[in-house]
Amino acid sequence: MAGEKTVETTGLLGWIDKRFPLTTLFKEHMSEYYAPKNFNFWYFFGSLALLVLVIQIVTGIFLVMNYKPDGNLAFGSVEFIMREVPWGWLIRYMHSTGASMFFVVVYLHMLRGLFYGSYRKPRELVWIFGMAIFLCLMGEAFMGYLLPWGQMSYWGAQVIVNLFSAIPFIGPELSLWIRGDYVVSDATLNRFFAFHVIAIPLILIGLVVAHIIALHEVGSNNPDGVEIKAGPKDANGHPVDGIPFHPYYSVHDIMGVAGFLIVFAAIVFFGPEMGGYFLEYNNFIPADSLKTPPHIAPVWYFTPFYSMLRAITADFTWVLAACSILGAIALFIKGNLKGAWRIIVPVILILVAIFMRTLDAKFWGVVAMGGSVVILFFLPWLDHSPVRSIRYRPTWHKFLYAIFIVVFLILGFLGTQPPNPTFNLMSQIGTLIYFGFFLLMPVWSRLGTFKPVPDRITFHAH
Amino acid sequence: MIKKLLGAFALALTCSAALASEGGVKLDAAPYRINNMASLQNGAKLFVNYCLSCHSANSMRYNRLTDIGLTEDEIKKNLLFTADKVGSLMTIAMRKEDSKKWFGATPPDLSVIARAKSTNFGPSGVDYIYTFLRSFYRDTNKKTGWDNAVFPSVAMPNVLWQLQGPRTYNHVTIAETEKPDGKTVWTRTSTDFDVNGFSQSKSEELQNYHGHAVNHSTFKPVDAAQTAEYDNNVADLSNFLGWMSEPAQLLRKKIGFWVLLFLGLFLVVAWRLNAAFWKDVK
Repeated sequence: MAGEKTVETTGLLGWIDKRFPLTTLFKEHMSEYYAPKNFNFWYFFGSLALLVLVIQIVTGIFLVMNYKPDGNLAFGSVEFIMREVPWGWLIRYMHSTGASMFFVVVYLHMLRGLFYGSYRKPRELVWIFGMAIFLCLMGEAFMGYLLPWGQMSYWGAQVIVNLFSAIPFIGPELSLWIRGDYVVSDATLNRFFAFHVIAIPLILIGLVVAHIIALHEVGSNNPDGVEIKAGPKDANGHPVDGIPFHPYYSVHDIMGVAGFLIVFAAIVFFGPEMGGYFLEYNNFIPADSLKTPPHIAPVWYFTPFYSMLRAITADFTWVLAACSILGAIALFIKGNLKGAWRIIVPVILILVAIFMRTLDAKFWGVVAMGGSVVILFFLPWLDHSPVRSIRYRPTWHKFLYAIFIVVFLILGFLGTQPPNPTFNLMSQIGTLIYFGFFLLMPVWSRLGTFKPVPDRITFHAH
Repeated sequence: MIKKLLGAFALALTCSAALASEGGVKLDAAPYRINNMASLQNGAKLFVNYCLSCHSANSMRYNRLTDIGLTEDEIKKNLLFTADKVGSLMTIAMRKEDSKKWFGATPPDLSVIARAKSTNFGPSGVDYIYTFLRSFYRDTNKKTGWDNAVFPSVAMPNVLWQLQGPRTYNHVTIAETEKPDGKTVWTRTSTDFDVNGFSQSKSEELQNYHGHAVNHSTFKPVDAAQTAEYDNNVADLSNFLGWMSEPAQLLRKKIGFWVLLFLGLFLVVAWRLNAAFWKDVK
């Protein structure tokens, strides 16, 4: 036989390897993927996110077998799953808990990236793929939340789809196009089901693969933010400070999985509603298009962004307009933008300030909510710190991160509450801090006395 | 600043827990009887006899009551009034359009009502039902002759009134009201309803009042022993509605214990396995 590949493996594996690079793939991504050996607690969340994705897909398959995407049957079919389908309650609770835990894990995973500068060159694409995953996840969660067809499902979708109508000119038509009806209805339920079950999961899996390929191309960052590839290498050319992912991190991650599953199972078996935050109590009332609930709030994982949406009132646009004019002046005088950009960017900012007062505040609310997510995409270019890891940053940087985290949590809490003047003021301050943290990052991230970064990672044997 | 924020946070938490019912009444904690089969069975009997003609429980099958210790024969003999098969769903004959016309509102399906009426990190739906069913009072001004302190102007009459026995009701509110000249004053209103639902109300303006708004209900039974027995029955009924909202809950907790035990052992194994591999990494 001509053209047969010579491989080291024999038997069945050899037969496969001659036709498909199984051993090569395993080596590249597992047994000969060298990861820094100083990973800490924060490095569990990547593999845990993958675990939750698998849980969601597998439980989702079984839910689809019994769920009916029909305005008249959907609510009842979920209760049917809870009562009549063997182990249906377990599958449903795993899926509902998985949805919330996905966000817990992903938020912690992103925070790790923020702490250790994992998005910095050359890992920009790892971060961007990751952010695209986060965006898909938000879409997936939003559309999935409509499916139980309870009051919160229905009115939450109504409110969020209505946001699109605030976009000038195309808004009303756009929201009509999304819903497929003048209100959220059976047509909306059907298309959201299609997106939730097929379209977004497909994209999500593709992006996860891209995220991992990009990561394995550039290699993992670590808590010290030092490149292990730049350090000494052994006889085979592998970095001395790295260890093969398999078996070292595979057994390590199994330990993480065990710990995570304890938390997960505790919620599934002893508090699946999580006090009304994972499964909202209002959602046990069937959707009723004629009865608007007194208080509509999205599920907890969207509330920080929802708070920023509500924070933008007509009065507050004065503050925002003032901020963009200040930004324009600062960039014109002090900014080191090149050539025509030195004029163009300030002019754009001044136009923003003008539109801030002429367009509806609701539109700017939508922009703030969208912008609060989109701004994260630009993190690799916003951070100008000479060091990657928070470990070697000035102490006051750590305080900034702490304030940012606290503000994010407070915004999240405020988003679950009915609005009142104090809370609105708090969410406006929170919005300014949130955006200030990122938009001023090019300035503050280079200031202060940085600690000396070691040449090699710090590692203490266990 | 931080202190202020924390203060607002604490305030928000207490507010959300206190505003537990539409009427602003503080909900009583229902006795915890979810593992008590006799209580669940009594609740099922009351439910089928008193609720299941206006309210449906469309997601619930009669034979699921075997989970609370009843046999299919017992269910057939004692509880099967509106359906003929023990595997039937707890549906009702009354049509939604009719009930809407007759009562002004369609009585909600009660399959998951106990979950729907729960408050975030606050009183459970069982507490709500327990308080609601014990908060009816006669009011001659209402169409049904009844009103409810937990759910003012509720369309539902006091179906269980014969079990409860006659009671008088005193309702005290202290609320801030605005006078025509724009000034606000605190007004205390006390309304007494007698056993027949005739009411007398008196209002007074409070000078130098620096407290919170008050909404306080006091019921006085004519026959205390009868009302105590009624409360006990309502506790069973609420308990049953809590169970019915998730019939798998007893099994769920039972299995959960073993799952956590297994995962705990698994964690130990995974930890030692990890240590065995990592001891060579220097």
